Order: sequence, then C-alpha cells, then structure tokens
Amino acid sequence: MNRIDKTFADLKAQNKTALIGFLTAGDPDFDTSLEVLKAACESGVDIIELGIPFSDPTSDGPVIQAASERALQGGMSLGRSFELAEKLRSVTQTPIVLFSYYNLLFKYGLQRAAEKLEASGIDGVLVVDLPPEEAHDLQAVLKDKNIHIIRLAAPTTTPERLRMLTAGAGGFLYLITRTGVTGTGGLDYAQVEEEAAATRKVCTLPLCLGFGISTAADTARLAPMADGLVVGSALIRIVAESTDSKTLPAQISAKVKELRSGMDSTTKPEYAVTQS
Amino acid sequence: MSNEREKIIGAYPDPSGHFGKFGGRYVGETLITALSELEEAWNQARHDTDFMEEFGTMLRNYAARPTPLYYAQRLSEQLGGAHIYLKREDCAHTGAHKINNVVGQGLLAKYMGKTKVIAETGAGQHGVATATIAARFGMECKVFMGAEDIRRQAPNVQRMKLLGTEVIPVTSGTSTLKDAMSEALRYWVAEVRDTFYVIGTVSGPHPYPAMVRDLQRVIGDEARVQIQEQLGRLPEMLIACVGGGSNAMGLFYPFLDDSCAMVGVEAAGHGLHTPQHAASICGGSPGALHGAMTYLLQNDDGQIHEAWSISAGLDYPGVGPEHALLHELKRVRYEGITDNEAIDAFKMLCRYEGIIPALESSHALAFAIKEAQTRTRDDALLVCLSGRGDKDLEHIMRYLAETHKG
Repeated sequence: MNRIDKTFADLKAQNKTALIGFLTAGDPDFDTSLEVLKAACESGVDIIELGIPFSDPTSDGPVIQAASERALQGGMSLGRSFELAEKLRSVTQTPIVLFSYYNLLFKYGLQRAAEKLEASGIDGVLVVDLPPEEAHDLQAVLKDKNIHIIRLAAPTTTPERLRMLTAGAGGFLYLITRTGVTGTGGLDYAQVEEEAAATRKVCTLPLCLGFGISTAADTARLAPMADGLVVGSALIRIVAESTDSKTLPAQISAKVKELRSGMDSTTKPEYAVTQS
Repeated sequence: MSNEREKIIGAYPDPSGHFGKFGGRYVGETLITALSELEEAWNQARHDTDFMEEFGTMLRNYAARPTPLYYAQRLSEQLGGAHIYLKREDCAHTGAHKINNVVGQGLLAKYMGKTKVIAETGAGQHGVATATIAARFGMECKVFMGAEDIRRQAPNVQRMKLLGTEVIPVTSGTSTLKDAMSEALRYWVAEVRDTFYVIGTVSGPHPYPAMVRDLQRVIGDEARVQIQEQLGRLPEMLIACVGGGSNAMGLFYPFLDDSCAMVGVEAAGHGLHTPQHAASICGGSPGALHGAMTYLLQNDDGQIHEAWSISAGLDYPGVGPEHALLHELKRVRYEGITDNEAIDAFKMLCRYEGIIPALESSHALAFAIKEAQTRTRDDALLVCLSGRGDKDLEHIMRYLAETHKG
C-alpha cells in the first residue's frame, strides 16, 4: 500500500485531518534542510511536500521564490533532492510528495527520474505546471511504480474538468483555495467552504486544501472542510528569518504543533474523510 | 520543391495546441479555464466578419499599414551581391511590428468584455504598444518590467506612463524580461477573472503562439504581394531576427509552402562559444518554460540561464515553439549574429540608406549583409526591418564609446 493511502486511512480511523507540510529542498542548505524536515515529521506533519527549487517558479509567491533562490545558491538540484529524500526516508515512514516544475524532471530525463523517485522512497509527485493534457510521458514512466501523480484543482476549474482531473490522479486532490500564487494570505473561509463542498461532490479522492493557510486559526476553521491542509509559506518564513540553524528545527516543531493544535481542536463532520 | 514537401501552413498547431512535440499548455491549473476561454474567443473572432473588418481598419488607419517594401539599392550596390529588400515595420505606429499583435489582442479583449489588460516587457517596445492600445480602447493597463530593464530603458518607461499605464518593477530572479513574464503570469493567476494578458510574442501557452502568429502574418501577407509587384517573383531568401520570434513568424508564415529559403537570426551576444548570448535554438536545448515546450537556455539541472544580448528585445532565454518545430523540420535555418556584427550592420544602414534600424532588426540585417556578398545580382533577399532604432541611440553611443568603435 502506498504510504499516502495508508496515512489517509489511519487518519480517517482517528477522525483526524492530515497536516501536509511544504518545505523547499535544500533551504537554506542540504544539512539544515534535512534537520528541518525530520523535525517537521517528528512534531506532527503527516505528509511532506518536498519543493524542488527552480529558477523561474511562476506559481509561487515571494516567500517560496526566496526559498528557491537560497536553495539554488546552496547548490541544490533535482539530483541532490533525491539524495535528501532518501536520507529522510531512512529515518521516517512519513509519506513524501515531490513538488516540482516540469522542466526539472524533463531535463533530468523522465525514465531516470522515475527510477530515482522510487529508489528514494518518494510516494507521490505533483508537477505544478503539468496539466493532465501534457502528462502522458510522465504517466507512462510511473505506470508500474507505486508512486501517485497528485493533481491540483483551482477555484476556476469547471466541474467537467474536475472529473477528468481526478480520473487519472491518485493519493489526494490538492484544491487551491483561491486564485493567486502560494503564500499570499487573504483566505475567505466561507468561499473556501463552498468550493470544498462543490469539489467533494465530484471528487472521490481525499481532498486537501492549500495556498494561504498559515495560522492555528486557519487550520481550526478549515480542518472540518477537508481531509488535509497544506502549509508551506508559513513554515518557510521561519526558515527565512532564522539566524541560527541549530535552533531552527525546534522553531519548526513549535509552528507545526501550533498548526496541529488548531486542527485537532475541531471535530470533523460526517462528510469529511470520504474515503482512503 | 513545394510539391515534394508536406504543407506546413494550416497544419500546426494540432487541436491540442502542439507544434509537433513543442508548444502545448504547461501552466498551473488556475489558468487552464482562462486559456480555454481565450482559445474559444479567438477561434470565434478570427471567423467573425465584424471583428476582422475592425481589425483591418485599425491596422490601416491607426497602425499605418501596409508598411512599405523598400529596395535598399545603395546598400545592395555597395555590397555588390544579392539585392536586399526591406519590409519596413519600422514605419508602423509606435515604431515596430509589435503594434500588429496588440491591436488584435486589444480588440479581442474588448470583444471578450475585459476591461483590464496586463503585459510583460523587456526593452519596453511591447509595453509601449500595449499601453498605446489600452489608451485607445480605454482599458486599465499594468506593464510588468524588470527593475534592471526599467533603469536601462528610461524613455520607454516615460512613454508608458504618459499613455496612462502603470509600470510595475519586478525585482525577483534576474530582474529582466523572463522575470517580468513570470510576474505577469503570477498576477494573471490572481486576477484571471477580469484581466486579459497581452503576450508580446509567439510564445507562452496555447493559444498565444498561434494567435500572435496569425495577428503578425500581415507582415508576410503584405510582403508576398509587394515583392511580386516589385520583383516579379518571390525572393531567394527571407531573413528575420528571432528573440521570441514574432516578426519572423509573421514574415515567414505565408511563405512556408513556397520554395524560398528562410533564416531566423538569433542574438549571439559575445559569441555562441561564450555563456553571454540569447540564442535558444543555436545554443540551447528543449524544455518547458512560461507555458510552452520549446528550446531554452538552461544548465544540465534544468535551471534557466540569463540571456545576454546588446539588444534588449532579443534578451530572452526561450523562443516561440513554432520556431522550435521549423528548426527540427529544417524548414528554417537558425543562425547567430554577435553584438559587434549587429552594430556594424546598424551603422551601415544608417550611412547608406538613411534608415536608423532597431538593434533587434540589425541582427537580421547583419546576416543579410554577409549572405548578399556570397550571392550574385540574380538573387534577392527579403529582410524584416522589424523596428526603428531611435530607442537604442543612447545605448549604442555608450557601447561605441566604450569599445572605441565610434
């Protein structure tokens, strides 16, 4: 069983919502990044999204853009990110989703990337600028591997398209909670609730919400609407502001626990956690 | 020759927006619906008599078309080889071919009921063209421009402001055109419901490459008639500069099923053997950026390189996907011209014809000057003079002073 599926099944049994932590691989450097990832897994993150730094991150806001620049300056690449994932996998069973722009995988070679994904213990791959229409080649190389292709849906996605999106996807559906790039805040809870409910009618995968979620208040308010919540920029901002790499893992742990406490403070209604 | 070859006109892109293995729609999910709406609106508009009539009238009376085809007699005689003909896009309103595209997209925005437009710009030419059309149609306009380019291209920034446009400085990445395009895409993702993104060249996600080509093919359609009137036949070769490649696609497209040779001239900067160039086809490799699969300047890890050229309009690390296809089909040859060669051609056209060409266009001219000398007076070369060089004067004077070439 894929670790992502197992995680959602286990959380369903406990009536809990998944906390998905997005961190940029190699930010600010390889060793610190590994310690930060470990700390996140140990303190309550259920799934890691490992963002691969790209020179031109068109879907990301300033916080993750800056994280990419720091990581690239530190010598990070897709190849090094596989090493990082492998090291993380050796100490935790937390599912890892590789979060990348397509050019990095394409240039690396899709077949070679698929083998590395498997060998590094990665459970899913989300390619932010690869809609299903362009994904045939990636699907082909992942066909016989136990790795899910995670899909994004947006507030602008039509119901017909949503059906098509989820048909070929696995793991969970990542619903972008508002138009815009990552991490720019300004969540309209009522609107998110409406969109999440509408998406649920069509989508049978676990539903995860992301973009703009940063506080315990957010997670408390949104947890009942979904099977998982993605937090990225709020964690990465701590990395950005850190002046001491030794205390950074503890700071990340504290933030994860804060977000976790928000989520776990609310009870989930019947409709949530539709299936594993 | 045309009988032996498969027809290209009308064959690309395929219904999914691909030019062979290039093109497509490599964007986040948020933009997919907007791109589908745009595709539908464009397919409707280009078959709509009212739209096409209004477009034609705007091109004639506002953009000053048709532009002349001019036989550069003195330059040709000086070189002693093939005859050089210039398609004078520098005579169009705002001083470059960019106006053709923005008149079309501005009109389409109006037909779609959009009241806000955004654009990216490098040298500022596309920004000025978009600001122009936004003023003409009474639309709110924001132009994204790298902070570095704002510093280098002050007069165009002033022009945009004068036309009522807000110029938004982009400080991410390398603070140049590629970052301005990334930022425009980010803004569009957030404001997609009421904003029309006017892309300035034959790149970006489908339908932009095909739409911009169709809006720019007026260059080639006019030139094809004009050269036959003046010469009584088609030329041996067409030559145009290629950054994103919209003036080249516009000139080449109507000739693709003819026997004329075609050369797309990329900016070789300090030389193709150095890292300082902007030649995505001659010196790059395939990859996906800003919505399309195409040729890119990138390292082995797939990170995008900064492009370099003396000409800000060619200073982009990618190229339109249809050029990538035409390269692989070997229908168009792509060549590099260095900064120095372009400057020499610039000076030569000034002195022999009394025309001050844009630095972008000077790359095409430089290749034509070399090519003409290898041919006899039986041959004719048709060069796209894509823009005028007034905007480049300060830059060129500084370059000449620094390199003591004045």
